[in-house]
Amino acid sequence: MKAPKRKIKPEAAKKPKLAVFKFTSCDGCQLSLLDAEDVLLDVVDAVEIAYFVEARDRRLPGPYDVTLVEGSISTPEHIEQIQEIREQSKFLIAIGACATAGGIQALRNWRDVDEFVRIVYAHPEYIDALQTSTPISDYVQVDFELRGCPINKYQLLDVVTSLLIGKQPRTPTYSVCMECKRRGTPCVMVSRGIPCLGPVTQAGCNAICPAVNRGCFGCYGPHEAPNTDALGQHLEDLGMTSAEIVRLYRNFSGYADAFRLASDVYEEMMA
Amino acid sequence: MPDLTPTIGAFASVEKAALQSILDALKGAGYTLIGPTLGEGAIIYDEIQGIDDLPRGWRDHQEPAAYRLQRREDDAYFGFVVGPHSWKKYLFPPRQSLMKVQRKDGTFQVTDEPDPPPRYAFIGVRGCELQAIHIQDKVFLGGPYQDAHYKARRQQSFVLAVNCTEPGGTCFCASMGSGPRAGAGFDLALTELDDIFIVEVGSEVGAMMMRESGWRPAGAFELQQAREALAAAEKNMGRHLDTSDLPNLLYQNLENARWDDVARRCLSCANCTMVCPTCFCNDVLEVSDLSGKNVERVRVWDSCFSIEFSHVHGGNIRPHTRARYRQWLTHKFASWIDQFGVIGCVGCGRCITWCPAGIDVTAEVAAIRGEV
Repeated sequence: MKAPKRKIKPEAAKKPKLAVFKFTSCDGCQLSLLDAEDVLLDVVDAVEIAYFVEARDRRLPGPYDVTLVEGSISTPEHIEQIQEIREQSKFLIAIGACATAGGIQALRNWRDVDEFVRIVYAHPEYIDALQTSTPISDYVQVDFELRGCPINKYQLLDVVTSLLIGKQPRTPTYSVCMECKRRGTPCVMVSRGIPCLGPVTQAGCNAICPAVNRGCFGCYGPHEAPNTDALGQHLEDLGMTSAEIVRLYRNFSGYADAFRLASDVYEEMMA
Repeated sequence: MPDLTPTIGAFASVEKAALQSILDALKGAGYTLIGPTLGEGAIIYDEIQGIDDLPRGWRDHQEPAAYRLQRREDDAYFGFVVGPHSWKKYLFPPRQSLMKVQRKDGTFQVTDEPDPPPRYAFIGVRGCELQAIHIQDKVFLGGPYQDAHYKARRQQSFVLAVNCTEPGGTCFCASMGSGPRAGAGFDLALTELDDIFIVEVGSEVGAMMMRESGWRPAGAFELQQAREALAAAEKNMGRHLDTSDLPNLLYQNLENARWDDVARRCLSCANCTMVCPTCFCNDVLEVSDLSGKNVERVRVWDSCFSIEFSHVHGGNIRPHTRARYRQWLTHKFASWIDQFGVIGCVGCGRCITWCPAGIDVTAEVAAIRGEV
């Protein structure tokens, strides 16, 4: 993923226009922006919120200087919309596991969607869905990706701040273990035998789950050099079955390349 | 009134409960006590108030990729070895504000490390850990540029060492010459026997802290017991590492097939470097607020296992796990000696226990030596 190279600064003293759009998702990531309570007023000072349906009624037309896109692409209509949004956006940031990996709803990518539609809906003919739920970058060029389910609001603020002042955002791509150890949490896998995706997952959440004695769910997707074979071996040693390992990898970021491939290997072993 | 202060170099004998009076004396002298205590499924280092906070009656069973707390049959105060934390957490904090800069009235104002660090008394520093502190002293204070933040913490710290009488499953301090007996550089060093502590006095401050402990000179029988316990511990290490000709062995094996083998097992997760008490690599971040008026310079623990770490102008010099693992191991056991005049490993075994893939440095070095 490329870091932004240019400073986002529109002509004259006009404030940069910020837009927020969403596709198939729960809204949690865009709420992270509203959740930035202490600095929310600073955000409003620094940028013009031009389009953010969750926050205000006024909807200004593009072009936008910075666009945040939440959610995965899962209907034909989405494809047209994201292309239009891309055309209207100078700098497009995909936010969250849905927009960067397809989200939990990407579980359908392994199954027959038409069958689901027939079973679930009284009138399947009204449903116009794609066979897959995939990330924004499958359809348009994305300038920056922020991972997570939900994203970390401090990472979001760092990216927005970096764009405003023209510096490189510091979004780590190393493992969750680095954050886990920095905060002093004893490894849950080593000290308790709890399966954990931390060693193959990208940092950013500040290792919140191991801090409450839960293994990492892999929300932030694979880190820069994920060795899923080596972790898989250890998960087997901990007594996990192939089916359990498939479920562990196929979670919020399960359709991200390394996790998808690892889960496919274990699914084959189940057969 | 008789002089209650022992001389430096003296061996004293104290009742176990008298350790509390030593800790009280330290608190009275303004020290913040940091010591081993039961944490989240492990014995961690945290602030303690007294001997009741120590993990009395617990041991830590350790092997590659596994650590389990177990009840002991006795109620020893220090019947365990080392856990996931090390003292570098306090001397070289994982996240530390180096300075703050505020833009104001057309100029800017710089504030160095805003809060002065507390005076730490480290309770229960093992021989390997004391050696690790000496190594980090060389790293942060040895060259022409001294690290003021490390120095501020280090020079006013108190070290109460504990000699190890029961090494753990991943320990190999005897191979590295750092234990089981703590070497020089402590203020006080304890050896725990069944009913008493033998206390070796290492400094003036250490001697002063003994005044209210009701100490008496240790007798020949007690000293003999302590010597025997330490001699037995030395023969009882869970691991062994042959250090002979080490830098050459590694430098002559930079293309050994073992690096490919270990790269297949290595998660590149950086756990080994985070738990290592001598690893010192760090990153410095400039954190700005939205207005750009307030900036903080922050230092965080980094690792040679992250890709960005070896990103230099023009590309990455260690793009694969094979190169990163080789860098870590050869630095620790070879180029560290060129750089700091001392080997970078103290044999504490943390990297073996806390590696989720159970990679064992002693086995890797042995394999490169051709012993496996």
